[in-house]
Amino acid sequence: MDKKLFGFLAEFDTPTEMVDAATKVRDAGYTKTDAFSPFPLHEIDEALGIKRSILPYMVFAGGIVGLLSGLGLQYYVHVIDYPLNVGGRPFFSLPSFIPPMFELTILLAAFTAVFGMLFLNGLPQPYHPVFNVPRFALATREKFFLLIESDDPKFDYNETRNFMESLNPQEVFDVEP
Amino acid sequence: MEDIKEIQRRIYPPMVEGEHDFGTVSDRISDLTLKKRTPIGWYIGFAIGFMLLQVLMMTVTYLLFTGIGIWGNNQPVGWAFPIINFVWWIGIGHAGTLISAILLLLNQKWRTSINRFAEAMTLFAVACAGMFPLLHTGRPWLAYWLFPIPNSMGMWPQFRSPLMWDVFAVSTYATVSLLFWYIGLIPDIATLRDRAKNKYFKFVYGLLSWGWRGSARHWHRYEIAYLLLAGLSTPLVLSVHSIVSLDFSVSQVPGWHATIFPPYFVAGAIFAGFAMVLILCIPLRAWYNLKDFITDTHLIYMGKVMLATGLIVVYGYAMEAYFGWYSASKYEVFMIQNRIWTGPYWWFYWLLIFCNGLSIQLLWFKRFRESAFWLFVISLIVSVGMWLERFVIIITSLHRDFLPSSWAMFAPTIWDWSMFLGTLGLFTTLIFLFVRFLPVISIFEVRTLLPEANVHGHQQDFEENVVEIETTRDPDRGGGA
Repeated sequence: MDKKLFGFLAEFDTPTEMVDAATKVRDAGYTKTDAFSPFPLHEIDEALGIKRSILPYMVFAGGIVGLLSGLGLQYYVHVIDYPLNVGGRPFFSLPSFIPPMFELTILLAAFTAVFGMLFLNGLPQPYHPVFNVPRFALATREKFFLLIESDDPKFDYNETRNFMESLNPQEVFDVEP
Repeated sequence: MEDIKEIQRRIYPPMVEGEHDFGTVSDRISDLTLKKRTPIGWYIGFAIGFMLLQVLMMTVTYLLFTGIGIWGNNQPVGWAFPIINFVWWIGIGHAGTLISAILLLLNQKWRTSINRFAEAMTLFAVACAGMFPLLHTGRPWLAYWLFPIPNSMGMWPQFRSPLMWDVFAVSTYATVSLLFWYIGLIPDIATLRDRAKNKYFKFVYGLLSWGWRGSARHWHRYEIAYLLLAGLSTPLVLSVHSIVSLDFSVSQVPGWHATIFPPYFVAGAIFAGFAMVLILCIPLRAWYNLKDFITDTHLIYMGKVMLATGLIVVYGYAMEAYFGWYSASKYEVFMIQNRIWTGPYWWFYWLLIFCNGLSIQLLWFKRFRESAFWLFVISLIVSVGMWLERFVIIITSLHRDFLPSSWAMFAPTIWDWSMFLGTLGLFTTLIFLFVRFLPVISIFEVRTLLPEANVHGHQQDFEENVVEIETTRDPDRGGGA
């Protein structure tokens, strides 16, 4: 039975109930946990001990790469490969290079934000065991779910199930892998 | 207690009217695409848009076979309708980004129920805008020359030209707007996926939602990405219309060579964009009965933004005239006189002042601001006015050049008009398809507006705050008025 189980999913009606339960789950020492909600809940990050993502640093790096590639491209074009004398102005005319540099900064930073987020989230991922629970369809509508995975070191079928029942959920579901 | 509720309502008008919980919010908005019968207004609007789209197809076909000589462009008016329409459309798009990005950063909750279709509007407006410069090149199949692609001719684009900056600004803007819009849609498409009964809808929405399941870890990174995109879009949107205005102001043409252009263009863009948002959302909320989500408060706020940005635009007109006089350059002085009263297009200028300057003054009055009908009428007038503004800037500046021998009048041909009407058709068609197949209101963000979304009732401590104000007023505690 244990072998074939992905974990337990507990359903809650309100965000407050789920956040309180998540705090208890964390205090009980479970680490392989997750929560599902129809909208972002800031309190759950703390309750489950979710660390701050490295995404902002990636986006900053993306922006820097964009800025430098904009500068490099224009420098190569106008100074190295095809220097063109326009009214005696310098080949390296930085002020007029700024708009393309700026736009490329934004473009690459935005790409990093979107695709970095999807990459770190492991999306697109069409299949996930939680979708096996029919009630889970409500996680994108109005219900809140808390998950403890079976490969958590503290996981024990009966004990964990009893523990989850004690959190006052609407129901606890077995999640097939 | 009743009084406090009343005060709260007045200070913080509710952004969701009526009795709603997470479930009803989700159902009401997703049912528009999944269940509800399509209203007759949709068919009529879509039919009109689709017919106009055929006009665009015809025009573009004829244009490609014949060349841009079918338009009224001439010497010296080389930039005529294509550029007027380009600037008009791209300006309209700006309100979408303003609503979705700048108002998010300013923590304006009222953006939530209008940001989705304002972003869609941005995307479609940019698509319409992009067609004009593309086709104005005359040989759109060579448009890739605009991008710095190594080629056998050994040529590169000229990065010192504002037209090149425009290519970068507009293509970045289109890309980032698309990303922002799509990222916002993912959780809502997941809602549609989970609610759809139809097998094909389930499959398509399932693909588009990329397996979103609302995990807390995902939401955490999602919110960071969303906020960062908002932070990146804000300078982006300001840069786009500034760069569009530099196309004009970097040149030497009297009437274009003005330092006021970038801020004045950005304000005009937001002004025109809010007018378009109102034109779209007033019928939308009536046909689809969405008054719970797009409340009268939303319309009033948009009216106020229109008034504020409109006044900045009027200030821009005043400054243009002032700079013309103050420059003491006889070309500038002549241009202003010619534009306002001595030239052949003087009445365009006064029509513009009527549309953008006078009509919005009605918005000072509550009666007009609070009436959806009047907001709609004023928005239509403003949209015409912003088109006239570009006409005045472009045509009146060009048709009286430095040399009287090269002066000429400009008259649009039927193909100029059909191209413009055609893009209106493309825009309308895309908007109606979007309304039919995707959630027009951001469902997950509206859920966060409900009081039960606050864990442990955070942010609901308004009543305590009022009590606190009362106590600080207490003379014994030294509080004054």
